[in-house]
Amino acid sequence: MNFALTEEQQMVQDMAKSFAEKEIAPYVEEDEENHYYRREILTKMGELGLLGWSIPEEYGGNGMGWMEGVIALYEIAKVHTSWRLGISGNCWGPAMTINEYGTPEQKEKYIPGLVSGEYVGSFAITEANSGSDVASMKCIAEDKGDHFVMNGSKMWISGGHTSDIGLVYAVTNPGAGAKGISCFIVDYNNTPGIERIPIHTKFGMWPAPTSELVFENAIIPKENLLGPLNGGFKICMWMLNNTRMGCATGAAALSAACLEGSIQYANERIQFGQPIGKFQMIQQQIAEMKLEDEAAKYLVYKAAWLKDNKLPSQQETSMAKLYACNAAVHAANLAMKIYGSYGYSTEYPCARWLRDAKQFETLEGTSNIHTMIVAGIELGYQPNR
Amino acid sequence: MNIIVVIKQTFDTEAKIAIGSDGQIDATGVSLVINPYDEFAIEEALRIQKKFGGEVTVVSCGGPRSQEAIRTALAMGCDKGVQIDETALESADEYVRAEVLAKAISEMPYDIILGGRIAVDDGSSQVAVRLAEALNIPSVSSVVKLDIENNVATATREIDGGTEIIEVPLPAVITAQKGLNEPRYPTMPGIMKARKKELKVVDPADLGVSGLSAKMKVQNYSLPTPRQGGKKVDGEPAEAARELARLLREEAKVL
Repeated sequence: MNFALTEEQQMVQDMAKSFAEKEIAPYVEEDEENHYYRREILTKMGELGLLGWSIPEEYGGNGMGWMEGVIALYEIAKVHTSWRLGISGNCWGPAMTINEYGTPEQKEKYIPGLVSGEYVGSFAITEANSGSDVASMKCIAEDKGDHFVMNGSKMWISGGHTSDIGLVYAVTNPGAGAKGISCFIVDYNNTPGIERIPIHTKFGMWPAPTSELVFENAIIPKENLLGPLNGGFKICMWMLNNTRMGCATGAAALSAACLEGSIQYANERIQFGQPIGKFQMIQQQIAEMKLEDEAAKYLVYKAAWLKDNKLPSQQETSMAKLYACNAAVHAANLAMKIYGSYGYSTEYPCARWLRDAKQFETLEGTSNIHTMIVAGIELGYQPNR
Repeated sequence: MNIIVVIKQTFDTEAKIAIGSDGQIDATGVSLVINPYDEFAIEEALRIQKKFGGEVTVVSCGGPRSQEAIRTALAMGCDKGVQIDETALESADEYVRAEVLAKAISEMPYDIILGGRIAVDDGSSQVAVRLAEALNIPSVSSVVKLDIENNVATATREIDGGTEIIEVPLPAVITAQKGLNEPRYPTMPGIMKARKKELKVVDPADLGVSGLSAKMKVQNYSLPTPRQGGKKVDGEPAEAARELARLLREEAKVL
């Protein structure tokens, strides 16, 4: 066992940190205030190879794997949680899933653009009445011979209206439940019959757009079916086991941001003639944040290591996501207390941390779902995939 | 065009400097980076290479950790790296480093040598200029713009209150000032390629420069006195101003 980063991993970390500080940090406040999605950040990430993890080099992959990817994302998300979606939305979601299940034509057509940042990617599973119960989705794709006709809607889709290419899961065999769902590659710029409605009422993650998608007789060419017909549920679960790493890493990074900010504040804020960090109750809070951030980070590393070694990782991914999101919410709460009144002011980052932390308890599997996965595998009720 | 970049690994500019019990600067646990001014030199080298072709060799005189800095330069796009193992030197100062670098570089083909105008750690600004002297070639320092044509470098440099344009025949040493360019990030594929690039470790003894000894000895290091709290001068403006002037003259002794 070796806890040290390799020379390459160290370089990835240094580069990502420097990239986040120079290219993302200067815009955090402005983009939060304006709920603005800064597309050019994704372009830059693509140019620098930050969207090409675990993708074959022939499709533009960067030659590195999961461990390097989570190390990079951790540095990026520490500066601005909204940008954790850059890697999930393009690489670990669509690009990686097309690479696993796609035909050579599909891979060639879509992966290079997703990896280079030419396209913005997304994926759509959730509906207004279908959340944790994925198989209950109603959006339907009817087989019309040489094409499918898609009708229905999707809700809370990250990057829904800003993306160019998305994976959309829809029912192809009504009544068959999990065995009647298929996955489609949707070209949003060239498919009539899709309305994409931005959602402006989110509690946080403001610079990361979220949308409702409405499909009205949208024509999806036959060649855009990804993987086998009615095989979409399995693809969806496979994909989520990857994209959830974006949540886990983003949440761990957020807890680290809260910790770093709190340490700085605790060392600078003088009360009763000394820095508040000298008080035991602040120390208790710092110690809790440090412990949980460290534990969350290593759970993320462990899951990444399993994935790099092609070993089952579902339980570890769920553990990382569940633990890291709890750590993030806890750390954001504590940071707000340590910062006192400044913490409650939007001029300081605590409010953003708290807003952004709360997302993790819900998306890509609620904490309840991840608890079920961890326990189910542990009790032997389901295999670790 | 054969381009050489001389770099130094320095403390991260945000690193907290501590002096150990032995009186030396304690580098334990400090993250080290390429001297920021040397990054401008690397970037310029890569741009010159893009225009004229050729090879970029990055050379550093340092301990084992300086390989990390060289590797990062390779990840940015330099072709080859040379580490001159400083630990094998009896003593090292700017003079010794420049002599050793000159010896190593004189055995390589070069048309232009680039470096940073200053290292952010000791701030001596000596090595690159001494290197030019040792190689008996011209040097231009603090360059903010560089054009090369027909084997002549036209360098714009900052001088007090303005700029100065100097033409020098190549080969020459050019030191980079902030503003010369915006250094690139190493790309992920670049980082992967860096591993396969040549990084040669050179023992100074093999260069035939043994017996060099430093001309300068550091007596001791000390940290700056911590900043004191400010003083507020109360009272009517005219009276306060008078009091302030008195304090500046008698206490701070700056007037």
